[in-house]
Amino acid sequence: MSLREVEGPFFGEFGGRFMPESLIAAIDELTAAYESAKVDPEFQAELAELHRSYTGRPSLLTEVPRFAAHAGGARILLKREDLNHTGSHKINNVLGQALLTKRIGKTRVIAETGAGQHGVATATAAALFGLECTIYMGEVDTQRQALNVARMRLLGAEVVSVTTGSRTLKDAINEAYREWVASVDTTNYIFGTAAGPHPFPTMVRDFQKIIGEEAREQVLELTGALPTAVLACVGGGSNAIGIFHAFLDDADVRLIGYEAAGDGVETERHAAAIQRGRPGVLHGARSYLLQDDDGQTLESHSISAGLDYPGVGPEHAWLADTGRAEYLPATDAEAMEALRLLSRTEGIIPAIESAHALAGALRLGRELGPDATLLVNLSGRGDKDVQTAGRWFDLFDEGATQE
Amino acid sequence: MTIDSAGLGSSALDSPVGRTIETRRDAGSGALISYLPIGFPDLDTSVDAAVALVENGVDILELGLPYSDPVMDGPAIQVATQQALRNGFRLRDVFTAVERIRSRVDAPVVVMTYWNPVLQYGPTRFADQLKDAGGAGLITPDITPDSAADWIAESERTGLDRIFLAAPSSTDARLKQIVDASRGFVYTVSTMGVTGARADVDAAARGLVARLRDAGAERACVGIGISTAEQVAEVLEYADGAIVGSALVSSLADGGVAGLARTAAALAEGARSGRP
Repeated sequence: MSLREVEGPFFGEFGGRFMPESLIAAIDELTAAYESAKVDPEFQAELAELHRSYTGRPSLLTEVPRFAAHAGGARILLKREDLNHTGSHKINNVLGQALLTKRIGKTRVIAETGAGQHGVATATAAALFGLECTIYMGEVDTQRQALNVARMRLLGAEVVSVTTGSRTLKDAINEAYREWVASVDTTNYIFGTAAGPHPFPTMVRDFQKIIGEEAREQVLELTGALPTAVLACVGGGSNAIGIFHAFLDDADVRLIGYEAAGDGVETERHAAAIQRGRPGVLHGARSYLLQDDDGQTLESHSISAGLDYPGVGPEHAWLADTGRAEYLPATDAEAMEALRLLSRTEGIIPAIESAHALAGALRLGRELGPDATLLVNLSGRGDKDVQTAGRWFDLFDEGATQE
Repeated sequence: MTIDSAGLGSSALDSPVGRTIETRRDAGSGALISYLPIGFPDLDTSVDAAVALVENGVDILELGLPYSDPVMDGPAIQVATQQALRNGFRLRDVFTAVERIRSRVDAPVVVMTYWNPVLQYGPTRFADQLKDAGGAGLITPDITPDSAADWIAESERTGLDRIFLAAPSSTDARLKQIVDASRGFVYTVSTMGVTGARADVDAAARGLVARLRDAGAERACVGIGISTAEQVAEVLEYADGAIVGSALVSSLADGGVAGLARTAAALAEGARSGRP
């Protein structure tokens, strides 16, 4: 069976639609709209044109030999989602869901965001399509990603700082659900990752799979062969499923997701849901989840706000269980070293999220040696992380503040 | 979905919750159902508070199981359940609390819980222990009948009531499914929103109760936004029960068990004046 053809609501025993009744009508409406849009050539043409003339697709494939010299000489190719308009892969999905919002006649969008990349992309699409926009972001994240908060407000969005629970991405989703229940008549929820209730995992994957489709062709054209392995960071997992999907049926291509290991995957401060969690239901789907014995969600930890989530998308849980994809850890320290190395060797400052995949490439390249070709999804750019990197590497002059 | 004769279309005799509601209805009124979280402000006080509710006229108790991600709850209940979790609430405390409450008062006790805690404890083990503790059933706000096969099976096996929610946005086909799947009563969500006191109970509630009756519901109880005796009386004009939550949580937080008892007595007054 073709793995590429698997669709929700269930991926193996993962996925589903565990949601309050108040939201079912809206989810049903969205599901129906998506099913019809998927096979509507006009919708697909409109989205393709936005990708071309607004986002700047296809995104480049960049070979990084000076970086690769630190990775056992393996050949490393970066899929440059950082070059998309708004600076990450998130725009791919948001444009699709914004078009769907118009299709179902709603005038307002809400979204959760962790690092702010999905929030910025949503605020951008809302500006482009003339939609009202409110973004929910945990208070911890509004502080560590203050620049993205300002970007969203500049784009005309309202940003709500969420102060409940762990005050990160998970709680931003909770608050967005609560708000959606109250405003569902006029409001569509643009979900940012390949998690949540059906149809979101399938729909977000479908809007992101363009990454892998482009990359597969680009790698074949450049090298004449498929890559040895495809690497991506995994929080909820949208950039990873986006680049993995085109390769699912290429059985010889290893697919490796790097989960944020924070202080270390063996410590209690990490966000490695697949490696350290067990199946449970959160935010509408059954998947791997960091939780205690009572099923209370545990707080995740990562220097990267975009990976700081205690769950993971159901398709990844299924790919992990079936063995088609592997999921490995990358710590805060490894990611920050990889971020600095790519900056200095190639002049590309990656997002801290994407740097987890780069850290994985450094390890895997040393393991596999010069015969290997590693395709890495550079899912976002690091401009938003300069403050964090400046503190981590002590790059600021003492007492200096930017006026 | 096939549901056997235990569904809402049948007699209430096998459900203490159903019997209580019908008794109140036969007396010319409707049931007053009250929500409080277990473990707030601490386990002992929450037990005393639940007992005080019944002693002051509450007919059915709805005990909330504190959960880390309560997406259907507004600020008042979130604050209380987060405090319960910080104070060390453990899932097994729910059985202790139900048992202690049932040893002191005779009202039926249902547990309101998000699904993942039950899933992790094991639906079979959870159902058995709730039944042993004297519990009457579950209200499950974040799952719907089409995603609840394992819970429906446990409810069938143990005879525990399964109370699903119906919303103003639900289609007629879904209302039918909810009515057929529920036992005890249907939790009628009064408004498109999360829990919390509101100045007016949404007119949507009256319409939804009527639609539920058309779908075959024998017992529809309205919750979300009800905080005063007047609202309870108004709701009982057309519904079989009125559910009060956030207002009682706030009352307990501000006035302790004594303050809570006064609030409950006032609400019960509203319930008794509900229908001529």
